[in-house]
Formats: sequence, C-alpha cells, structure tokens
Amino acid sequence: MNEEKRPLVIAVTGLNAIDSPGPGVAVVRAIREGITMPVRIIGLAYENLEPGIYMDSICDKTYQISYPAAGAEVLYNIIKGIHEKEHIDVIIPNFDAELYNFIAIAPRLKELGINSFLPDYEMFDARDKQNLYAFGQKHNLFVPEDKIIHSIDSLAMINEEYGYPIVVKGKYYEAVVAYTLEQAQKAFYKISAKWGLPIIVQQFINGTEINIAALGDGEGNAISIIPMRKMYITDKGKAWAGITLDDEAYLELARKFIAVTKWRGGFELEIMKTANNELYIMEINPRFPAWIYLSAGAGQNQPASLVKMAMGEKVEPFTTYDVGKLFIRYAWDMIVDVSKFQQFSAFGQL
Amino acid sequence: MNVMIKKNIATNELGFVFNPATGDSFSTNLTAATIIRLMKEGKSLNDIKRGLLDIYEADKTTIEKDLDEFVNTLKENNLLTA
Repeated sequence: MNEEKRPLVIAVTGLNAIDSPGPGVAVVRAIREGITMPVRIIGLAYENLEPGIYMDSICDKTYQISYPAAGAEVLYNIIKGIHEKEHIDVIIPNFDAELYNFIAIAPRLKELGINSFLPDYEMFDARDKQNLYAFGQKHNLFVPEDKIIHSIDSLAMINEEYGYPIVVKGKYYEAVVAYTLEQAQKAFYKISAKWGLPIIVQQFINGTEINIAALGDGEGNAISIIPMRKMYITDKGKAWAGITLDDEAYLELARKFIAVTKWRGGFELEIMKTANNELYIMEINPRFPAWIYLSAGAGQNQPASLVKMAMGEKVEPFTTYDVGKLFIRYAWDMIVDVSKFQQFSAFGQL
Repeated sequence: MNVMIKKNIATNELGFVFNPATGDSFSTNLTAATIIRLMKEGKSLNDIKRGLLDIYEADKTTIEKDLDEFVNTLKENNLLTA
C-alpha cells in the first residue's frame, strides 16, 4: 500500500495583517509558493481578530498562544500541546517581542522534532535598539547617536545635546519624530504606556528611507539580500508600496552585518541614506519584515529558503533578483461567519 | 560635449524613466524621451541640438536654453554619470 506522503508542517506567528502588519501572512504566502512538497500551515495567533486566522489559503489550522509576558515555559507547554496534535516540522516566529521566548525554548523544541532557524541571544542582543549605537561603533557602521531614558525629565537634557527634531522610540515598536519638547513628552507617554520603559531617544537623520530584507545562514554568509525603497508610507510609518533597488552599497552593508554577527535567520535593516550617501542604520529588526513577499516576487524567496535551512538543507546564496519590482499593499474586507469567530474565541483554535 | 545617462537607468519610448539605484521614476514628454534616447546612443549635446533644430520650429538660442535646463534637471535627479 502506498502511504500518502505527510506534508511539511510549518507553524507561523504574526497573522495580524492590519495597518501595522505582522509578517506572518506574507511569510505563509511565500512558503506556499516556494516549497514544492505539500505543506500544512499552522497559524499561531495572539488575538481573535488577526485576519490571517480567517483568510482563505493561508492557515490550515490556527491555535491561540500565550502572550510573551506569560514567559517561555508557558509558551513551551502550549507549543508542545499543539505539536502532539499537528507534528510540527518547522516553527517561524515573526514578532520581535516573542523572539526572546522562542530562542529560549528552541533547543527543547528541537528535541521534540520542531526545527527553527533563529539567531542566538548574542546576535539578538547586539542589534537591540538599546545596544545599536555601541554595535555601530564597534563595527564601524553609521548609527545615529541615542540615549536610553527611563524618565520623562531626561528629555529636556537631550534637547541640549541633539537639538530638535529627535526620534522617540519604543523598546520594541513605534517611533515618533518630535519637533518640540512637548511633542517628545507626548510621544514618551504614548509609547511607554504601550510598550513600557525604557524609551530610546535617537538623533534625527535626514535622508531617504531604505529597507533591506536579508537572510543569513548562521555562518556569516548572506543567502539573500533584497533592498527596497518605500514609495508610499502610512501614518504609522509602514510601507504600503515599495520597489526593489539596485545599489551595491546596500548589499555590501547587509553582507557586512551578516559577516560580523553570523546572523542566523531573517532580518530587516532600516536604513537612512543621507545626501552624502552615508548609510545610517536606524534599526535592525530580528525577523522578516511584513513586506517579505516582495523577496519571493523579486526572485529570492527568503521564507521558503529559511524553511529549507531549518530542515537541514544546504541553500546556495542567491546571486540575482529583479530590480524595479513593486509591491502595492491593499485592504480587503473579508466576510466571516460569526461561528468561526466564536469557535476561535471560545476554543482557541480554528 | 558629451552628457552620459547612467548605464543602469531604464527608459522607454513613452518617456518613462526609472533609476534602479534610488527607486525614483519620472514621466517625461516625448521630446525629453527623444533626448534621453539620443544620449543613451552616445550622441553629443551638439548633435542633439542640431537634431532638435531640424525637428522643431524654434530658434537656436531657445533650443540651447531648453536643452541646458533639461540637462540640469537630469543632473539634479542623479541620472547622469559624474
């Protein structure tokens, strides 16, 4: 008797395809296109209105998981419970805030047979917003000066040092450009209420914003690098449209970052290119960006490559990609029966 | 004098110009598209001026002034080689 081949089971977080989107839906879309064998996608969601739970052809099954604040042990037990039913082969976390827990439990998940492809704590911490300036100094990279503050009173002193505007940033997400002390104070309260302390205050750099999505193999090699310029930016600073670029300087910067950190997995460099062609690293996100489907569209499917590497396959570095390839995001109203919403809300799975 | 459009600049006959290094794109009129095409073919500014004088009913001074302005626009938008 021919037993049908079991599909590759891949669990993915970040299904909140909203105005400030998580990357999960884009990651799943890229995987479904780039992996030739049958795949079964297990969505891992935090909230019951994450659109990816209900979208056709995204998740085969979705489970609710605990918020990062619940800790690594709780997360491990939930994933283990899901694994007993679903036999997960690969897990891809897509949020900054959850990565710490996922890195912590990665070896134990591996023992269960769940593969991941994540940076270690040393890599993860090196690019943390709070350590980024020191990282830049150490590796001779342009990074704007910043100050880590725990009190709103510190804002007045920063004004004397940097002058306005300044960028007020949360430890995980959100950044506001403040042109006055009052705007900076307002941003401090708003962001700290949402993401907690500390707040990072960064020197403002004027220029063109460039984003680079890349994938490192953990041995210092770049498997894929796709630079993109945002063409349309939402009021939350998110790209609503973007285009792939051809400039060796961006590729070189990403290669250097991967070489010095030996980065393992996907990441995004947020760059500001000044009028003098200096490339300032504004932020390094330790996971795929929400626009990662563009990597597949441009010929370097980073999520599919990550899955292959997580499964132990040797992936050769990509050498070319399509320049001038655009992504244009759109909003789409799904009609969902309340029973599905009820099912997920009440039982934590759909 | 030769003015060179950067090699990687993409153009089409309808006047669409794309700079793949910056992501900037422009729409030009057909005259500008013709000038860019001639530049890409390696024609000198003098050749281009002569060609424009043959096509358009305008005096030499006006053609020279307009062409200079257009070259400056290309330069400002980072489309010419240094």
